[in-house]
Amino acid sequence: MNGPVPVAGLHPAAVAELDAVDRALIRATQAGLALVPRPYHALAERLGIGADEVMARLRRMQAAGVIRRIGAVPNHYRLGYRANGMSVWDVPDAQVAEAGSLLAESGLVSHCYERPRHRPLWPYNLFAMVHGRTHREVEDKIARLRALLGGRVRAWDVLYSTRILKKTGLRLR
Amino acid sequence: MIGPELDALDRRIINRLQEGFPLCEHPYRAAAEGLGIDEATLIARLERLLEAGVLSRFGPLYNAEAMGGGLTLCAMQVPEARFDEVVEQVNRHPEVAHNYARDHALNLWFVVATERPDQVAEVIGRIEAETGLAVLDLPKLREFHLSLRFEA
Repeated sequence: MNGPVPVAGLHPAAVAELDAVDRALIRATQAGLALVPRPYHALAERLGIGADEVMARLRRMQAAGVIRRIGAVPNHYRLGYRANGMSVWDVPDAQVAEAGSLLAESGLVSHCYERPRHRPLWPYNLFAMVHGRTHREVEDKIARLRALLGGRVRAWDVLYSTRILKKTGLRLR
Repeated sequence: MIGPELDALDRRIINRLQEGFPLCEHPYRAAAEGLGIDEATLIARLERLLEAGVLSRFGPLYNAEAMGGGLTLCAMQVPEARFDEVVEQVNRHPEVAHNYARDHALNLWFVVATERPDQVAEVIGRIEAETGLAVLDLPKLREFHLSLRFEA
């Protein structure tokens, strides 16, 4: 369930086929769903298609992974998760899959990715985001992650965000 | 610390509606029933949470890569004296979605999202040319899946 998932681009089969109507639907919903009793009907009217088709297309995009989910996207800062640490780890390539799964399954991180190193400036190949209501809470979680990874860790660091300089959602042009 | 403006119902709404939202004729009514409230209350609460910025969005959460787009994480080492100027140069690109200052020698971290995968390199090239600084390209090689939920 928490195993590695193929990334689009490396595995082109994972890229869904989207037609012009799908793209129009994405454009019409990327800022959000209307807060009216029948939001899918409102979209249907705007796009000139039936409401059943709107729902069928959204359902299909969700099944294809184009839509991760439909629902509330909280601003974690406003929920009190003000400390945000990007933990980065240098683990041997042969152990990345194992280490990544351990981090993902820990319940302590919100995202976990393998990314390329850029030595000597950047030796780390595994990234995991850790959020907390306080700096201390983040430090505690990272200490637990270090213990979890044990001898697989050759080096690690944690980068705290000091300022948000831009935050916009995905935008299709 | 949590803003005092959130009551127990707000928290239930935020927690529950991160799990999903129905695709049916009256989705707010269906979701409201699951929460034991009425449709008008749910809509009013969502309006307020969006207005207060507690929710950044309500609706479908799209996955850029599954749409065939390009996505990468970039890092730059920016001299402190030029920091604000470089931030402005980077943020001017509409493809730059998120940008954070971080406490590291690599002090600027941002996400580049493009409609086509080949546009990522173009955007990075433009940023390097405009700033005269190197951009580290750190694309996702593998994703370890988990559910992203924030308890309200």
